[in-house]
Amino acid sequence: MGIGSIIFLIGALLFILIAAIYAIIQKDLIHAVIASSLISLALSLVFYILQAPDVALTEAAIGIALSTIIFIITIRNTKRYENE
Amino acid sequence: MKKLIVITLLLILGFYLISTFSSTPFGAEKVSGVKDFYLKQSPETLKVSNVVTAIVVSFRGFDTLGEVTVLFLASTALGSILYRRRTKHSGLNPQREAVISSSLVRTGAKVLFPMIILLGAYVFVHGHLTPGGGFQGGAIIATGFLLILISYRKFFINHNVLTWVEAIAGTTFVLIGIGGLIYATQNNFLENFLPEGTLNKLMSGGVVSIIYIAVGFKVGAEITGILDTLLTIKEAGLDPDEN
Amino acid sequence: MQEYLTYSVYGSAILLMLIGLYAALVKKNLIKIVIGLSILDAGVHLLFVAVGYLNNATAPIFSEAVIGKNVVMADPVPQALVLTAIVIGFGVTAVALALVVRLYRKHNTTNIDEIKNLKW
Repeated sequence: MGIGSIIFLIGALLFILIAAIYAIIQKDLIHAVIASSLISLALSLVFYILQAPDVALTEAAIGIALSTIIFIITIRNTKRYENE
Repeated sequence: MKKLIVITLLLILGFYLISTFSSTPFGAEKVSGVKDFYLKQSPETLKVSNVVTAIVVSFRGFDTLGEVTVLFLASTALGSILYRRRTKHSGLNPQREAVISSSLVRTGAKVLFPMIILLGAYVFVHGHLTPGGGFQGGAIIATGFLLILISYRKFFINHNVLTWVEAIAGTTFVLIGIGGLIYATQNNFLENFLPEGTLNKLMSGGVVSIIYIAVGFKVGAEITGILDTLLTIKEAGLDPDEN
Repeated sequence: MQEYLTYSVYGSAILLMLIGLYAALVKKNLIKIVIGLSILDAGVHLLFVAVGYLNNATAPIFSEAVIGKNVVMADPVPQALVLTAIVIGFGVTAVALALVVRLYRKHNTTNIDEIKNLKW
């Protein structure tokens, strides 16, 4: 891998870790779900750099839109804020 | 106190995992018998360009049959958990009919919907030539239907049509497998029995493209059914089926 | 250089798994537990695809540019396994969220300590 790809890979992995910690700390559940969808977006780019285009397409198609929308429909039918 | 125990156990687990995985460096050459077999057989014997498609559909096609069954079970289980009795006000859903979407959203959804369906169909028809395939194309089609379900209040999907599409697609998959049992040279389930064609053309691979088209229809119909069931839940107080 | 890359890619995949497992074990809100399981899935998929990468490899597709040449291709078997695993992870998340909606309807709370038959 060239030096540009390595820098992009390490930057994307750092972004995934920060978004994961934000998703489990935040009390507003809608913000946590949006962070989870950002994890899927950056993960799809990491899969592309690791030379796996099929897996990148699948993660982008399923993780970004569909997983987020079923979480939001569930939050709408229950409570929005995590108590205590 | 419970948090300290959990963090200690997770750190021990993480230490053992990282010491196992760092013994072979990232990108080193690993044991390669299975990989070389698939990378040699796929363009020569089966004449399919996308090796991952050839593995998922033809070399390990039985696992794909199991996965399609798991998705079908998930869709059925979801429909039976969120069951509501069809009373006379079963068409009224206070969440969906709350706000009319603006004309910008409605016009945009009406223009984008055929393009998304076309993109999804392109992705699963060309699954054996470029990255893509049945699962990706089915998810894209389900996203197109989701756009229409959100923008228009009175768009109802007939669940009978979805059930028939799923049933016909699943039956096609199993019948092609049984056809391999009868007509193929070595009489194996899901073996190729159609002529193979040439590499990198649309008509290549034998049964691989037909199976993936059936899987694309089935996955699209199932995910659309899951989204439609979730979007028409009643609120907690108005449920006539309290137990 | 190779050591830094090894520790950062494998280390971040394992750290992602541990973060998801911590959220599934410690948190009390039901939806946070399901988010934790989804993050655990993402970590496992990243670990699988990272094991299948070889040095200076290209994608395992025989397009017109690579047919006659002698190139190293990435391992296609872990990619086929992860493809199946992503779709099944989505199905499990959907069923878990349907159970959360049903529990909220019955007990009117999403706190796992207040639902009667479940204690730590």
